[in-house]
Amino acid sequence: MSFRAKHLLGIEHLAPDEITTLLDLADSYVDLNRSKSKHSDALAGLTQINMFFENSTRTQASFELAGKRLGADVMNMAMQASSIKKGETLIDTALTLNAMHPDLLVVRHPHSGAVNLLAEKVNCAVLNAGDGYHEHPTQALLDALTIRRAKGRLHRLSVAICGDIAHSRVARSNLILLGKMENRVRLVGPPTLMPSQISEFGVEVYDDMREGLADVDVVMMLRLQKERMDGGFIPSEREYYHRFGLDAEKLSYAKDDAIVMHPGPMNRGVEIDGLIADDINRSVIQEQVEMGVAVRMAAMDLLARNLRAEPKEVLV
Amino acid sequence: MSDLFLHNARLIDPDAKTETLGALTIRNGKIAEIHSGDVKPPEGIEAIDCDGKHLAPGIVDIGVKIGEPGERHKESFRTAGAAAAAGGVTTMATRPDTIPALDSPETLEFVARRANEAAPVNVLPMAALTKGRNGAEMVEIGFMRDAGAIAFSDCDNVITDNKVFSRALTYARSLGALVIAHPQDPILSKGAAVTSGKFASLRGLPAVSPMAERMGLERDLALVELTGARYHADTLSTAAALPALRRAKESGLDVTAGVSIHHLTLNEFDVGDYRTFFKVKPPLRSEDDRLAMVDAVASGLIDIISSMHTPQDEESKRLPFQEAASGAVALETLLPAALRLVHAELIDLPTLWAALSLNPANRLGLASGRLAENAPADLVLFDLNAPFVLDRFSLKSKSKNTPFDGQRMQGKVRATFVAGKQVYGAD
Repeated sequence: MSFRAKHLLGIEHLAPDEITTLLDLADSYVDLNRSKSKHSDALAGLTQINMFFENSTRTQASFELAGKRLGADVMNMAMQASSIKKGETLIDTALTLNAMHPDLLVVRHPHSGAVNLLAEKVNCAVLNAGDGYHEHPTQALLDALTIRRAKGRLHRLSVAICGDIAHSRVARSNLILLGKMENRVRLVGPPTLMPSQISEFGVEVYDDMREGLADVDVVMMLRLQKERMDGGFIPSEREYYHRFGLDAEKLSYAKDDAIVMHPGPMNRGVEIDGLIADDINRSVIQEQVEMGVAVRMAAMDLLARNLRAEPKEVLV
Repeated sequence: MSDLFLHNARLIDPDAKTETLGALTIRNGKIAEIHSGDVKPPEGIEAIDCDGKHLAPGIVDIGVKIGEPGERHKESFRTAGAAAAAGGVTTMATRPDTIPALDSPETLEFVARRANEAAPVNVLPMAALTKGRNGAEMVEIGFMRDAGAIAFSDCDNVITDNKVFSRALTYARSLGALVIAHPQDPILSKGAAVTSGKFASLRGLPAVSPMAERMGLERDLALVELTGARYHADTLSTAAALPALRRAKESGLDVTAGVSIHHLTLNEFDVGDYRTFFKVKPPLRSEDDRLAMVDAVASGLIDIISSMHTPQDEESKRLPFQEAASGAVALETLLPAALRLVHAELIDLPTLWAALSLNPANRLGLASGRLAENAPADLVLFDLNAPFVLDRFSLKSKSKNTPFDGQRMQGKVRATFVAGKQVYGAD
């Protein structure tokens, strides 16, 4: 086994062999999840706390289910409703929780880098469930697993990531992961939704969907993050759909067997045509959700093994 | 006061742009005589052998933030004064962005009195340009100037109303008052934590384009041209802003510009893994910008180097990067950090010293900042080459938020003199 990380803060810190190890283990958890018993004791006796400082239904549910299937004691904390309102700082919240001896801390926070900060202050394993516009590593890993299972490999593929790149941690984690595994990554979207100097990351940038999708193996759509915008990034939803929404005509420029992905939740008729999303021959969107549970089980399992292998530091 | 004789020193004269072996006779708090060569001390006078180390005019630092009133837990006049003395800073022009802002002659008088009781170095308070630094109504510029305001500035609050700003500039001009502004387009820079570019994209942090600084400066310079005011841009940080500055100077406007020590010695990538001690305002820029700023200091286009000393307590910095407060303490690290440029052979010592002492003193109309007969004996004696590793907890500032913690530095202050009196001495 080759997985050395103590925390899962971002894809940036993972080596290609660690990614492969994690995906291989996740494959076995897919089988477990499809079996009748759906249960393992890999995390038995361990405590997992999900701290979500930002609303989430899907990711939180996926982490919760992953922990429970592995036998962990899982607690969910909706942080917006609790101590933040009382003025407690992030670090104090972390230290408070740390005193309860959790083993796995799953954190989502609206600000980039907040999860890194928290990881410095606790002595359990921290999993980043999304921080600001920075990273969302388990999403990139579940996408990678989905691609690997659909395409039979995770290298030498041409992948187009389309839409609101600037406000997307999913895009950042994916482009880092796909780059590490030696794929060609294209970013497609209006220039107002493209981060500055992004072409320096070894990606090709397009502002035309037909050019950007030409002959790609994978089309990864992003949610248009309306709630994140100060306004004025695009003229209107309908113009966005016309120019950047994925429909059959635009998809016809990709390879005939290209798969369509979306991290969810979808805005049908804004970034993706409902017919494409539901096309079982092209869309792997439901598989992504399934892979999500398996990948999170694998990530927590591997981190817990490293945790058990190390003598526990005592923070004073 | 009895005479003092400082000999066997390498004298840095930023005016003549020379560095020569010599000695100084100090009398009544002033430089009485300047001697060149290895002169032996005369009989019956207190003498200090400088051991061949460098003796230079004390640093005149424009834009020091002190937490009085309002945030004394971050820095007081006493702690800032001790830090300044240890850093070779003999005059601090302090910022008015206190709580409340220094916008009335009464508060200014109080602060000036407190400062000069508690700090061993010269403290010259600046006043706000508009009431509450709100950008709506100008302060009593005349009364404030009479009460000792050395300059007028709303600091990092950019006055967005061009009518308000142009009237304040016009009124200030009639009194010959210096206006200091932070050039920045306030709308483009809103909410930004870092400079835009590869690093910001990698870290997913809200960013501002360097162009916002140029836009802010161009706006300010247009109003200076309109009003004829005396204007100083407190911190420039981008290459994009420099052509506008050059044009303004060439066309004869009464304009000067400064840069903070951090923008001369650090770049955007130093933020690394969201290290908030590297969060400053304006944000650290690209390496190309940093080198352009160093060149601009070397060529004299940028006149003044400042510490932009901004104390922040641990609570203000131990937060996610976007939420963390901006600013870094720098009174004690200004000199060794600036010497990095000398050791890297990017600038010579006398030119560097012009930006640290002579130019800021001239801009504020002070007699200090130079080695001249009858100039105040505000001096710093330092060892150019002495190496050390900075430990932030050894700083005399009440706040320890320095980006140089744990870094190797070269150049240590041996002694600091204010009006001929030694206010700091290293072992």
